[in-house]
Amino acid sequence: MSRYILRRLLGLVPTLLVIFTLSFLLMRAAPGGPFDAEKPVPAEVKRNLELQYHLREPWCEARFLPALREPGLSTAAERAIRSEAPWSSRVEKLCTGAFQYGWMLSNYVRGDFGPSYKYKDRSVNEFIASGLPVTMQLGLIAMCFALLIGLGAGLVAATKQNLWQDHASMGAALLGISVPNFVLGPVLIFVFSLTLAWLPPARWDGWRYMLIPGFTLGIAYAAYVARLTRGGMLEVVRQDFIRTARAKGLSERLVILRHAVRGGLLPVVSYLGPALAGLFTGSIVIERIFNIPGVGRYFVDAALNRDITLAMAVVVVDAVFLLVANLVVDVILGLLDPRVRYE
Amino acid sequence: MNRDALELPLFEAEEDEEVAGTSLWQDAWKRLRKNRMAVASAAILALVVLFCVAGPWVVAHGFDEQDLAYGARGASWSHWFGTDLHGRDLLVRTMHGGRISLLVGLCATAVSLTLGVAYGAVSGYFGGRLDTAMMRVVDVLYTIPFMFVVILFLVLFGRSLVLLFVALGAVSWLTMARIVRGQVMSLKQSEFVEAARASGVRHAGIIFRHLVPNALGPIIVYTTLTIPRVMLEEAFLSYLGLGVQPPMASWGLLVSDGANAMTFFPHLLLFPGAMLTVTLFSLNFLGDGLRDALDPRMRT
Repeated sequence: MSRYILRRLLGLVPTLLVIFTLSFLLMRAAPGGPFDAEKPVPAEVKRNLELQYHLREPWCEARFLPALREPGLSTAAERAIRSEAPWSSRVEKLCTGAFQYGWMLSNYVRGDFGPSYKYKDRSVNEFIASGLPVTMQLGLIAMCFALLIGLGAGLVAATKQNLWQDHASMGAALLGISVPNFVLGPVLIFVFSLTLAWLPPARWDGWRYMLIPGFTLGIAYAAYVARLTRGGMLEVVRQDFIRTARAKGLSERLVILRHAVRGGLLPVVSYLGPALAGLFTGSIVIERIFNIPGVGRYFVDAALNRDITLAMAVVVVDAVFLLVANLVVDVILGLLDPRVRYE
Repeated sequence: MNRDALELPLFEAEEDEEVAGTSLWQDAWKRLRKNRMAVASAAILALVVLFCVAGPWVVAHGFDEQDLAYGARGASWSHWFGTDLHGRDLLVRTMHGGRISLLVGLCATAVSLTLGVAYGAVSGYFGGRLDTAMMRVVDVLYTIPFMFVVILFLVLFGRSLVLLFVALGAVSWLTMARIVRGQVMSLKQSEFVEAARASGVRHAGIIFRHLVPNALGPIIVYTTLTIPRVMLEEAFLSYLGLGVQPPMASWGLLVSDGANAMTFFPHLLLFPGAMLTVTLFSLNFLGDGLRDALDPRMRT
């Protein structure tokens, strides 16, 4: 068991490296630098900034394109030098990129995501530290809604197979999958905040603020959980040990709750990993609708502001979180289901 | 041995098939027609497509025709869905938005279909180390939080429709690849594949003329379920302002505009939101019906 976990943890390393490299390449390939802002800064200042962020590497310049090292070089002059020697320029860029990759990777390994490109007085770590707990709270509440509603509806549907209760809950589930959360969210705000004035429409200030966003985010997953619960339960109910339990004279309630649920809910457990991934993605839009200061919102703002260090860190942190969550789900699945073998 | 002589009689036998009772497809068609909800969904979808494709020619207003003095008003005889803040007719804008949303859904699904089928079929057919390597790549890609990467991609490289198709398609081919691989792996042991190989058909021919057509059932089912997912993702991106750019419209963009103005003009959220939901609902229902019809074992 512990060997299995250790092996899986080691397996995460290449995956994370791929994710890191992919987002790093996206960042490098993006046209325009982070400091080519609307308001141009003096060439010397820009150069120092770029040196600090390792967008410029004196060693590479000296080796491949020494002309760039002249002090006070303007952007236009640099462009002229680069277009004169396209090959050296390309090699110099590759060299700088390699240096930057190594620098950022070693920082990431130590858990230091560096400074934000946009907000020079705040580090990316500060953003993540303030946003991640909020997003996790939101995800947790959404997950509670999803499991409560989904398991309830799924169990009802399975025990009343092909009766009206079954059709009603499965129809509702398909509706839940089909209503986009960015349609549902505003509608719920309109009804419960603006018209009835029961719950606050936005911000994040206590449990009353969490109800509508949590429900909006969780309902689609409740629908999937309901479908999986119904399918899993119907599969199990046909098996021999359930017939035995019934033959012993156990009440239907006990048969379902004590015997069938254990096997019938395995599909739901294995769905929790992908569901978490979906919740993270969904939180991007939910946090925007409800003005919640979580990492999803920071991510979109960062992407729009071209604050790439922050955006990249959010992607990597999310990936770490999801990979670990998936690992935990797999371990739990193995504990619940003796048929699963850890290879 | 003379290959030409062998190839002739073996592969012209397909036309005789009608003699032998009901085929898989006829069975499936019968089952699908019995599923009333699926038939109703198909009918609604046909109506939605007609509404979006033909509608703009019937309605007298243009989708970017502004009337700032008129402004946003509710439904009336001249504007059935009302008008938006710029006095543009919401009915026509909803139709145009639907065109874009459906187009993105179809094109991105086509991208994911092509990629997924080709990748999965090649991996399953050749097997061995190539298969292991290719599937390992899929496993790794599965764990990437893709919407985040797509958002970064769209922000950094411009927000064009083509990029949107490619990005969404490139994200959703993984499951298709896995499904096709599984099908191909079980089919490649069959006698007809052996016969094709014996008569000298090339690998590509065996994969795309013999194996893929036989795996069509699950492919169709999964494709139908991919379309609503991709449409939802497009709407999601448009909602964030990363999809289609104004004055063009897509359902996601209209919902986003509507949500901003809903306090005073709820109709701006209601109509596009309802259209999007109805379309996604019908697509999902149809996909479920197709799955029950084509592959009764997969029923959940």
